[in-house]
Amino acid sequence: MTDIATAAPLLDVRGLEKRFGGLVATDRVDLRVDAGEIHALIGPNGAGKTTLVAQLGGQLASDRGTIVFAGADITAWPTHRRARHGLVRSFQITRLFRSASVIDNVALAVQAVTGSSIDAWRPARRDTALFERARALLDTLGLGAKAAHSIDQLSHGERRALEVGMTFASRPRLMLLDEPMAGMGREESARMEALIGVVRKESAVLLIEHDVDAVFRLADRVSVLVGGRVVASGTPAAVRSDPAVIAAYLGDDAGAA
Amino acid sequence: MAPGPAKPLGLRGGLLPLCAIAAAIALPFVLRAFGLDFYLSLASRIVVYAIAATSLNLVLGHAGLVSFGHAAFFGLGAYVTAIMISEGVQSGPLHLVATIAVTALAAFVIGAISLRTRGVYFIMITLAFAQMLFYLANSVKGYGGDEGLNIRARSLFSLGAYLLDLKNPLALYYVALAVLALALLALARFAPSRFGRAVLALRDDDVRAEALGFPTYRYKLVVFVVAGALGGIAGALSVNLQGYVSPNALHWTQSGTLMVMVILGGVATVWGGLAGAAALLLLQEVLASTTEHHEFWTGWVLLAVVLFARQGIVGLWTRRRASALP
Repeated sequence: MTDIATAAPLLDVRGLEKRFGGLVATDRVDLRVDAGEIHALIGPNGAGKTTLVAQLGGQLASDRGTIVFAGADITAWPTHRRARHGLVRSFQITRLFRSASVIDNVALAVQAVTGSSIDAWRPARRDTALFERARALLDTLGLGAKAAHSIDQLSHGERRALEVGMTFASRPRLMLLDEPMAGMGREESARMEALIGVVRKESAVLLIEHDVDAVFRLADRVSVLVGGRVVASGTPAAVRSDPAVIAAYLGDDAGAA
Repeated sequence: MAPGPAKPLGLRGGLLPLCAIAAAIALPFVLRAFGLDFYLSLASRIVVYAIAATSLNLVLGHAGLVSFGHAAFFGLGAYVTAIMISEGVQSGPLHLVATIAVTALAAFVIGAISLRTRGVYFIMITLAFAQMLFYLANSVKGYGGDEGLNIRARSLFSLGAYLLDLKNPLALYYVALAVLALALLALARFAPSRFGRAVLALRDDDVRAEALGFPTYRYKLVVFVVAGALGGIAGALSVNLQGYVSPNALHWTQSGTLMVMVILGGVATVWGGLAGAAALLLLQEVLASTTEHHEFWTGWVLLAVVLFARQGIVGLWTRRRASALP
């Protein structure tokens, strides 16, 4: 990873801001993610990670700044258009379609970015390509045997895997993974880490994570967010020894990491 | 349920739909044979309300949008047709076109605004729009004002040499029945279609659906407009049935009645609107002839359904599957 990239970055965020009344949640954030990399975003509680992800995903409008993604200025785009352009996010709190089976959840994720859904007459089950893709993805997630299960029958770890899998289902250019390992045990975390290792072969990843150990193992680059600002950005090794990070992040709120 | 080759629709529900259609077609003859012609108008009323409740079920059940203003479209459809007839326009096709155009436009405007809100705000804003129309109808003295509008003639459809006059109770019944059958067929096809699945997704979690790439706002608006137009058609049929429309057709209690029908019959089912309309109207008919306080007893029945049969009447004989998607 060189600092001077020759190709345009996949995601190029400049001067992004978000205020809630007097509170500056996102403060002139610059962030770049290159194609093929895992870029981790870490920071203590209240650093503004969730707000920033929502701005990138389109759930929150930005007050200032630009988001350029895959050659398009998507700052003002609605969420669904960003997703169709290849920027898909997962959620920290699992959001699945509860009245649909496991495979239907994945099939819906594939359907969302493939063609129009304004067909109210022909049964979607006849779309074999859709379900083949969904089935292949379930095998990747290790959920192949549970295709017909309902969401309620899955364990927490399986639901988190499905959450990430649905984000990946459309083969996006960039996945925003919002704390995929939240609330996981050691074993489940390891499985999630392996899963991220698999999906990264097809998508770049912006990984928002609390588990700093996993971050330093997985990420190509790490950015540190403190008080809504990016205080450091670079390779894991460089960030780990950055005095600003140690002071602001570990010093300020060491317990949160 | 494992995915695989789709089963042809209609067979899934067994022979029930076919039996229901046959019974509905035969009903007028059966009534006549037993000298119960009087009940044909009740049957027509059930069919008309079934159409309205089915259209609300699309919004309320399938899309999960708790619209408390569906009477706006029912009443608007009734008024459009009544006004056209009172102005001397008797052409049924024109009534149909105008009803669909006006109610779809109204649903587009109301939906475009109210679908930007959610939860309680959505309930209140749809209610507010319907009440605005209610007060508007009250104040337009030229078309009856608060006394309502009586019409002498009815919609006329010319089928070649044959003239279909909805003044004929039998003609009205069969026309309404045909509309209901088409609506139910379309709804049965909708649920497992790509669009139906997308709508189910946004009902379950619209934030997630949007994040995956579904333009949820647009899809909700499509559903809202289609349901509004179908509700309008039900209103147009209702004015043909009763020969009368009053602002009460737009009142929030009318919206409430339609909601009760949907909940009673089965939210997000194909047959819920019909089952609910039939149950509520029959219940009222029976209770009204035996007690003065029929609304009191209707309340108890509704309470029992909400407590013990969450899936409504339809849910009593269709077992809940792991996935709502067939």
